[in-house]
Amino acid sequence: MSKYKVNLKINNIPISVEEGTTILDAARQLNFKIPTLCHHDDLCVAGNCRVCVVEQKGARLLPASCATPVSEGMEIQTNSLKVRQARKHIVELLLSEHNADCTKCFKNGYCELQDMSNDYRIGDHVFLDLVKDKDKERDISSPSIEKDDSKCIRCQRCVRTCANMQYVSALAVTHKGNNMRISTFLDKPMNDVVCTNCGQCINRCPTAALTERNYIDEVFDAIYDPSKFVVVQTAPATRVAIGEEFGMEPGTRATGKMVAALRRLGFDKILDTDFTADLTIMEEGTELLVRLKEALVEGKEVALPMLTSCSPGWIKFQEHLYPDLLDNLSTCKSPQQMFGPLAKTYYAEKVNKNPADMVVVSIMPCTAKKFEAERPEMRGSGYKDVDYVLTTRELGRMIRQAGIDFEKLEDEKYDSILGESTGAAVIFGSTGGVMEAALRTAYELVTGREVPFANLNIKPVRGMEGVKEASVKIKDVKPEWSFLEGVELNVAIAHGLVNAKILMDKIRAGEANHHFIEIMACPSGCIGGGGQPMPTNMEIRKKRAAGIYEEDEAMVLRKSHENPEVTEIYQSFLHEPLGHRSHDLLHTHYTPRKRH
Amino acid sequence: MEKKIKKVDLIFGKVDHLDILKNAFQRTRDEIILDVIDSGLRGRGGAGFPTGLKWKFAKNEEADQKYVICNADEGEPGTFKDREILTQVPEKVLAGMALCGYCIGASEGYIYLRAEYNFLLPSLYKAIDEFHEHLKALKFDFTIRICSGSGAYVCGEETALMESMEGKRGEPRNKPPFPTSEGYLGKPTSVNNVETLVFALMIGQEGPTKFKEMGTFDSRGSKVFSVSGDTPTPGIYELELGMTLEQFVEEFGDGDTKAVQVGGASGFCVARKDFKSTLIGFEGIPTGGSMMLFNSSRSMYNILNDYLEFMEEESCGQCSPCRVGCQQLLKGIEAVKKGIKSPSYLEDLQKLSDTMRIASKCGLGQSVPNPFNSIINNFREEIIY
Repeated sequence: MSKYKVNLKINNIPISVEEGTTILDAARQLNFKIPTLCHHDDLCVAGNCRVCVVEQKGARLLPASCATPVSEGMEIQTNSLKVRQARKHIVELLLSEHNADCTKCFKNGYCELQDMSNDYRIGDHVFLDLVKDKDKERDISSPSIEKDDSKCIRCQRCVRTCANMQYVSALAVTHKGNNMRISTFLDKPMNDVVCTNCGQCINRCPTAALTERNYIDEVFDAIYDPSKFVVVQTAPATRVAIGEEFGMEPGTRATGKMVAALRRLGFDKILDTDFTADLTIMEEGTELLVRLKEALVEGKEVALPMLTSCSPGWIKFQEHLYPDLLDNLSTCKSPQQMFGPLAKTYYAEKVNKNPADMVVVSIMPCTAKKFEAERPEMRGSGYKDVDYVLTTRELGRMIRQAGIDFEKLEDEKYDSILGESTGAAVIFGSTGGVMEAALRTAYELVTGREVPFANLNIKPVRGMEGVKEASVKIKDVKPEWSFLEGVELNVAIAHGLVNAKILMDKIRAGEANHHFIEIMACPSGCIGGGGQPMPTNMEIRKKRAAGIYEEDEAMVLRKSHENPEVTEIYQSFLHEPLGHRSHDLLHTHYTPRKRH
Repeated sequence: MEKKIKKVDLIFGKVDHLDILKNAFQRTRDEIILDVIDSGLRGRGGAGFPTGLKWKFAKNEEADQKYVICNADEGEPGTFKDREILTQVPEKVLAGMALCGYCIGASEGYIYLRAEYNFLLPSLYKAIDEFHEHLKALKFDFTIRICSGSGAYVCGEETALMESMEGKRGEPRNKPPFPTSEGYLGKPTSVNNVETLVFALMIGQEGPTKFKEMGTFDSRGSKVFSVSGDTPTPGIYELELGMTLEQFVEEFGDGDTKAVQVGGASGFCVARKDFKSTLIGFEGIPTGGSMMLFNSSRSMYNILNDYLEFMEEESCGQCSPCRVGCQQLLKGIEAVKKGIKSPSYLEDLQKLSDTMRIASKCGLGQSVPNPFNSIINNFREEIIY
């Protein structure tokens, strides 16, 4: 249904926009940028920082442009003297309650408040310093997220992210007036509350109130320690985002440059999480087929639909909110945690290293992976399987620290072994990718034919819809899979935990007819992860997704089971999916957690 | 403006409220709303929105459910009239709510009662039970419930009030949408002050003319005042609108009145020199009822300091001009007093308060400049020295 058009003037320029458009968006259409802080394109309207106020002819008050819909005949000035004065005052006020130790700050140069202060040339503080929490220790209890209240400007982006996008509400507003602040349940440390460590709050925090725990120095220490053999693995989604750290377009495929940069940073071997993504498909695909066989042939009570387990934010969410459905979760570790134990067993043996001297570092789009690596069960190799997890942003910082001119680097290749991968692995980075990779392999395994989609691109499982559903009819199967003949395989995909909740509630109510469900904690999947470059919004994430699918199409091998290193590891080490060694190294168990 | 202060007895006088309703139900909703518009009745909580218009907006909305809310979150410092109205004539308040419900098409009403007035609950519940029985006899489907507040001043702001009723943090919403289109639970809602509802009922009884004859062009009728401070006769008085502050002080002052705070902590401070020229009402200085008199023994610095401490604590804290602005004003006058900042810093603060007035999200932040600027302008020396 077409909406009414509303006519108004912004800075004397007439414009006609759809009814319900905010003044902010109407101004954007005219290429007027109104500064904002509490507003974020991914989030619901707040209208509380008031930086975006504009002057409306005939109105006594300055409306907040992010929260005010246009009306017929409205005349708006976005930069009048009144507006400028108000805006400057507001930035000054926010600075007066903000611990502005900019030169020492982790977000120096990436801070929206700093940018605004710079734009408005706010020099000497006119107003009194009100920072209350300057001496309060930062909350570094969580292995993933640091919280520094002295930097907080109470815009509530984190609160809205946590509640509306993730259905977690680890962060909420507490107290009022001068004591109003963002806190956790009972002011407990971040590590002791229901937090999935997804880091989406970090991605949207305009200042350094929320940042990732960073392990850059620890990693450099390891690199420069001659007794250590340091290998690095890189997640699928990092390669299409790392370029943004150096001013490149979102979605630019920078795999080769990233490998070259890592080599120059001094890592001993540059390996790829994509390898274990392929391996995940073998293990998880087999697990699914076994479950289906048990259900369909042996008539056993089997937990279906099976849920993917690649996303540690999602795992913790389920442990807290749906502990009754943990049996549905695949027992496969995430690709990162499959890589760790293999590096310290299979790989250590191949390269003749003592695993005690090995350091495994991951470059991840994710902050929850930092928590995941600390889980007590993640010591399948007998050592801590993954020693340090860095975000894409931290890698960007390391490259800058080392003075490497990223853009000018020539492409280089991953080392072998544990460096070979397929297109099926790289699409793990986008929502629907694990599902697509699994279908490419499982369908072919069962029928001996490729999936019936043009150029292997399973379009129905792609895209940014919050919950996606698809069905694949399985027919003309190989004799050993006859029980699947004619079966309609129903799959679903959710990204963003608020969407995961929709599917989980269906499963709990017994209303889900799916066999297999992919869930990623972050919006758009790993490409929108909490460790990815900032800013983030749907447009940026779509570009990264496009980069992922281009990368897939550019690969020679596009099906996980065709990865020769995967074939090799099953022949010489693991022997078979779900085998004894797989069970020890590649599978895990989960812990029911409470809701408080 | 020679007329003397005139005491009126519309609010507290006993009437047959059921008879008023019975007669009202014989008339159309539009007729009654037109009467209320015609009477010139404006909201008695302080903001002064025309009551009839509010009802008309709510009436014109299409919705499966609408709500009437009686705002009894009387929190403005120096105001205590709603408590008295709810104590003495609760049945008139309930009847006013039913009349509003009839006009806008609502079958449910809520009294949002400030937490400190919970002692009224037993008597109010009794009155409500009786009233429900009478409504049954009148065959009018309208249910009244009480929602107890939790102690936040800002919840007197109508959208914060509804957030509080919905079980959320009491924080004002963005407007538009206004409550008459999307209010409590997203449904059209008319939020009216206790006193306003009783006046509406009385207009239902007497017609608009008698009410309109009282007061001035912009401030029709009478108003209940809460008189406190340095006065020999503190208390609650219903007075015809249109008097000057001079007349008021003559009646209630102790002979040494140096200033009157009209409208509580969010109102204006008027100094003696301006008593004569200041009209109490929407042409001059409006009030939700709070009238605080100060004599020459009072320090205006302490008074302003108190108001700012109140606002600093009672701001909901969501919008930056109000949350940080209140703190800056409070700390700012302290710094000037102590000599940490020069007296000219007061001008910086006044400019800041001008920003708070136009850029804050709700009436709380928008009205902090009222006491601030009026006290600074009138009593600058007392603030500095």
